[in-house]
Amino acid sequence: MALSGIQIYKMLPQTNCKECGFATCLAFAMKLAAKQAELDGCPYVTEESKAALAESATPPIRLVTLKGKAGEAKAGNEVVLFRHEKTFYNRPGVFIRVLDTEDDEVIENKVRTGSSYSVDYVGMELRIDGFAVEAASGDRTRLATVVEALRASTGLPLILVGSDPAVLSGGLDKLEGEAPLIMGADTSNWEAMADLAAGRGAALGIRGGSIEELAQLSEKIKEKGVEDLVLYPAVDSMSASLALNTQIRRLALKNFRPLGYPTIAFAAASGDQGRESLMAAQAICKYAGFVVIDTFAPELIYPLLVLRENIFTDPQKPIQVLPALYEINSPGRSDPVLVTTNFSITYFSVANEVEGAGLPAWLLVTDAEGMSVLTAWAAGKFDAESIAKAVKQFGVADKVDQKWIVLPGHTAVLSGELEEELPDWVIKVGPREAVDLPGYMRQVLN
Amino acid sequence: MPVEIPKDSWPGSVNTVTLGATGDQGGSRTSTVTIGGEQSLPFMHFENPTPHRPVIAMEVAAARPADWSAVLLEAWGSTLDDPAVWARACEDAGADLIVLQFGLKGSDDGPVSAEFAVEVVKEVMDSTGLPLVVLGPGQAEIDNSILVPIADATKGERIVLGLCEEGNYRTIVAAAMANDHLVLGKTPMDVNLAKQLNILMTDMGLPLDRIVMDPTTGALGYGIEYGYSVMERLRLAALQGDAMTQLPMLVTPGVETWKTKESKVGAGIPDEWGEWAERGVNWETLTAVALIEAGADVVVLRHPQSLVRVRAAIAELTASETA
Repeated sequence: MALSGIQIYKMLPQTNCKECGFATCLAFAMKLAAKQAELDGCPYVTEESKAALAESATPPIRLVTLKGKAGEAKAGNEVVLFRHEKTFYNRPGVFIRVLDTEDDEVIENKVRTGSSYSVDYVGMELRIDGFAVEAASGDRTRLATVVEALRASTGLPLILVGSDPAVLSGGLDKLEGEAPLIMGADTSNWEAMADLAAGRGAALGIRGGSIEELAQLSEKIKEKGVEDLVLYPAVDSMSASLALNTQIRRLALKNFRPLGYPTIAFAAASGDQGRESLMAAQAICKYAGFVVIDTFAPELIYPLLVLRENIFTDPQKPIQVLPALYEINSPGRSDPVLVTTNFSITYFSVANEVEGAGLPAWLLVTDAEGMSVLTAWAAGKFDAESIAKAVKQFGVADKVDQKWIVLPGHTAVLSGELEEELPDWVIKVGPREAVDLPGYMRQVLN
Repeated sequence: MPVEIPKDSWPGSVNTVTLGATGDQGGSRTSTVTIGGEQSLPFMHFENPTPHRPVIAMEVAAARPADWSAVLLEAWGSTLDDPAVWARACEDAGADLIVLQFGLKGSDDGPVSAEFAVEVVKEVMDSTGLPLVVLGPGQAEIDNSILVPIADATKGERIVLGLCEEGNYRTIVAAAMANDHLVLGKTPMDVNLAKQLNILMTDMGLPLDRIVMDPTTGALGYGIEYGYSVMERLRLAALQGDAMTQLPMLVTPGVETWKTKESKVGAGIPDEWGEWAERGVNWETLTAVALIEAGADVVVLRHPQSLVRVRAAIAELTASETA
């Protein structure tokens, strides 16, 4: 059970020594209760208290790590229902499903393209996390052959899907030393599946159509010594899936241990790519730890990986770029100075457009605490004063002869004040959207 | 193992707002759209049914859009040349609402005028029986100069007029009050700014059941997480009983996603981005569905295929009313 701040306070030295960085032991205890501080911050806490607090600090959702030959996928350790309450931690692993009944070439092709896929998003390389192999053949030898062939093309973590432990063990034979996910156990096979998972060091997925079924199975399986569990709410509609995933997350966060595991979603939708994409999107937003899709198509994978990145961005720390004067396409002394904020997406939108168009420019990035232009402007973090300050701080006047500075169109209202702050400069109002910058630069600035 | 399912019981609920008016109700629409009324977080049917499903509005530009993605131009073809034909096509495709967006241009590339605007609204209303949202180009003087005559010319239709923003809401709210219309208020991704505008508008005497709010959408990849979290926070505040957050939310995935490079540009982009048209539709539909899960009551879309997919998702999300 999670302890309250007062309960934790009673276990602290109560000396108010301040060495933890907080003014009082009570303040520190409150932060511990809110999971915003670590117990290690207190140098004087007793071993006894440490043990008691560690028990209460067991994460409400167990961290499950799937390991491949190369790479791993983590799920769990989440502590909130809404990302604004703190943050979501582990990006749900995106797995592509292949069937062992498909032709070798089809599988090979899907796996090679999928595992080498990488797309750049604001300077990050986004990738998928692994593959799910479904033992649709029901043939132990066939599954083993497919898994072996797959391991020749990719080292990414695997999920083996099937209901017969004897068949799945054929695939597991080829994954020595790894921690795959076996998917999975249900009311009919759970004992044999638990034995299999325990023997092979694999995580075990539990399939159930209701909260009760999932909770009951997880308890029994845990008693058999398998603790790395993943819950699969096996329901068809987006609505039922949303309800079950929400109920599981809520109960887990109330420290209901039988449901304290990450969940998996299968977004496969028998050929309907539109539905598949939206089920996967829902799974990413609403609590899945692993998402399995059938289609490997860049035009679908790219937006899904971006959605995952966005939803799992820590809202407490906007992704920032360093405030500075950036050079785009080797600008010279007569090239314009474009100004924007240090929110990474804002910076990359502007930089990509101008760079892509091959136009030279100076890009002045101000310190707006990582907010986008409109948000920063509304919050008073992007105004004439802060722009003028950045112009001086980065010595912009020394870099150019033609003193043209271009404001984002949304903040045209700043131009008057900026003229007062920078009397030597010509203030220009650019387009509202970065995508229109190249056209504007060609037409207006020449 | 019996497990007690935790159910939230909220003191507050979202306002119920009806858009459009039929002949009996003093308007000329063949159907009306009712949104809001939620007493739970989106689609938590085990607590409360969803009283009114989220609806899809399709955006129609009053003059042929000059800067739309080629993917959209191809999808709609010559329909885009005539807002009345376009609106009709949206209704036939299954839209619930039409958002008629005015730009700075009127007929023959001249500046938009009150006469032009009123005429376009009337033509669109003649060709479709759906309720309307009518938006000005977003420059205060011009917005007021066209929205007031439109409001006068369509008295009783319960059109949603916008955009009301902090710097320009008085004239539009007054025009809506005088002519039995509704308004759309827009604030830049911030819970307190949204509340503040709602307070200002209701202070003028406009009832809450005639206001819809747009908390501002960030497209997928371009800040969706900000809008998403602001919407979740607004909805939680509404359910907790804060009256100035209890307005249904309208968001604009169409506008926002189709101006991103991913949707707008087809040449000179990385291979990893995949096929252009499908990517554009995914960009729009993923943004729309994420925001629907965060509490959107109206999503404004642009691509006809997005309409089909988001409609199917909404049907699935609201299906288990009786289960």
